[in-house]
Amino acid sequence: MADHTEDVIESRSAPVIEPGHTFGSVTDKISSIVLTRPTSTGWFIGFGLSFLVTMMMLYALGYLMLKGIGIWGVNVPVGWGFAIVNFVWWIGIGHAGTLISAILLLLRQSWRNSINRFAEAMTLFAVSAAGIFPLIHTGRPWLDYWLFPYPNTMNYWPQFRSPLVWDVFAVSTYFTISLLFWFIGLVPDLATLRDRATNRVAQIIYGMLALGWRGSARHWHRYESAYLLLAGLATPLVLSVHTVVSFDFAIGIVPGWHTTIFPPYFVAGAIYSGFAMVLMLAIPIRKLYSLEDFITDRHLENSAKVMLATGWIVAYGYGIEAFMGWYSGNRLDAFLLWNRLQGPYAVLYWLLLICNIGIPQVLWIRKLRTSPMGLFFISLVILIGMWLERFVIVVMSLHRDFLTSSWGMYYPTRWDWMTYIGTIGMFLTAMFLFVRILPMISIFEMRTLLPEAEVKAE
Amino acid sequence: MKTTPIYGMMAEFDSASDLVAAARKTHEAGYKKIDAYSPFPVEELAEAIGFHKNGVPLVTLIGALIGGLSGYLMQYWMAVDSYPVNVGGRPYHSWPSFIVVTFEMTILFGGISAVFGMLALNGLPMPYHPVFNVPRFVMASKDRFFLIVFSTDPMYSPAGTRQFLESLSPRSISEVPS
Repeated sequence: MADHTEDVIESRSAPVIEPGHTFGSVTDKISSIVLTRPTSTGWFIGFGLSFLVTMMMLYALGYLMLKGIGIWGVNVPVGWGFAIVNFVWWIGIGHAGTLISAILLLLRQSWRNSINRFAEAMTLFAVSAAGIFPLIHTGRPWLDYWLFPYPNTMNYWPQFRSPLVWDVFAVSTYFTISLLFWFIGLVPDLATLRDRATNRVAQIIYGMLALGWRGSARHWHRYESAYLLLAGLATPLVLSVHTVVSFDFAIGIVPGWHTTIFPPYFVAGAIYSGFAMVLMLAIPIRKLYSLEDFITDRHLENSAKVMLATGWIVAYGYGIEAFMGWYSGNRLDAFLLWNRLQGPYAVLYWLLLICNIGIPQVLWIRKLRTSPMGLFFISLVILIGMWLERFVIVVMSLHRDFLTSSWGMYYPTRWDWMTYIGTIGMFLTAMFLFVRILPMISIFEMRTLLPEAEVKAE
Repeated sequence: MKTTPIYGMMAEFDSASDLVAAARKTHEAGYKKIDAYSPFPVEELAEAIGFHKNGVPLVTLIGALIGGLSGYLMQYWMAVDSYPVNVGGRPYHSWPSFIVVTFEMTILFGGISAVFGMLALNGLPMPYHPVFNVPRFVMASKDRFFLIVFSTDPMYSPAGTRQFLESLSPRSISEVPS
């Protein structure tokens, strides 16, 4: 116990930014990655591979347009399959970006300044990947604009009592606000790049994107207001998005879906997997671009603590689901529990428990929370675990519901896998482009962390 | 130099503290049309140049209210008036179902108003601005701090203002052509 209490004491933590940096050195270090550093062979290889995987996704989507969703494994009774599993997984991953950029900003957690930019980029790309799935799952994606209320010759409107329509609003609002938040945060840094670029084309492109930002005190004043307000708006938004996603299930009457625990349990799971993805990106990035000064062990440790906390909320969710299966006395809920533990997909449920509850407990060990290799591996395990959780929720509830005569099995086809893996490729392609052409750490927010940024009284 | 009109007189400083102190003195000396430039937000600076009111919160509030109201009314009109569908005998005006979309529209319009309201009030995008004519101003986005007195200020005079700015012991002083 004594050891544990000492862990909490701040002074033992690593600094947020290594000492010895100045405004100039911070600016030079981050902007040089984009402007002067030659593009490494590793980048080309990584980008090339990701791009190939993206092409595979486009091939799978092209074939889907040609043939229809019959090429997937979905069929009655499991009509949702991979498309919805992956949608929920990707949306969840996006949540950590908004949590870091908005909620931690409001809580004045200044350590967020070195990871918020790429976490926000991660959010955007993850939500883009997520958005693909429900759109193609409609079966006729070229009619997807029907999801929005627009005046039409058929003279009808969306059904606003349906959580699926709520989802359209929640996800599109989330994407728009995340994009605005990310872009507005980039504007002062784009001005820095405009002023430091030596190449005429780069000067013009960054100059146009910087919107003529000149750092006027009046502008900063309004900017800070807008940024804080946006964070205040994004905070309830991010909590609402996965809540609405969970309504897609909870409003239904299928056993295993119709529970009130879903919203908090989904939000915690989202942040859990999101931080795992943040670490899986931050650890290689800080190594490859030698950014250990800015993304210190403090960031790794704090992220690990967030994962540990949200992991336990998720574990509580599993516990309550199992408890209610027994305590409710509802035969269908009891059967669902039995089916999870011993049914045909039981191995996935047990794997899920190992990945999400078992293995992450090693994060109680302080040494592991600051070990990049260890954290990278645990994050991978958590991401797999959270994907399995969505598979368990979507597929295992649907495949054996009320009538034994309508039971069935769901097996993903190669097209399911190609689309899923393809979106990972698309996500990584976007990340590779992002770290190459935009400052991956917020330069102006890093400047505010330096001691010289403090204004001394006269 | 005689033929080009002058936009203002600019002084360069090394630190945020120096700039805030200089901006305060300039404002107290009676110069009202001034501005300061820093590579990161400095809280005290807006106050030092006498800028207190900021329209962004009001714009955001109005945007959010418009979003929320229009979101709710849109659903009400569509579900009750334009295209009523009887779902298991539920009331057409089933307001609890309308909360989610109302909430999302509030956030969407509030966020868009905050961002575009801020840009509009700041007069951005504006790719060209006279201050960019000062070669040293490229440092304003890195590690230097600038103070400008606009030539439209009633107290502005090329010699007098330069003399005043020199008394603030800046790193350099330059005239800004417009």
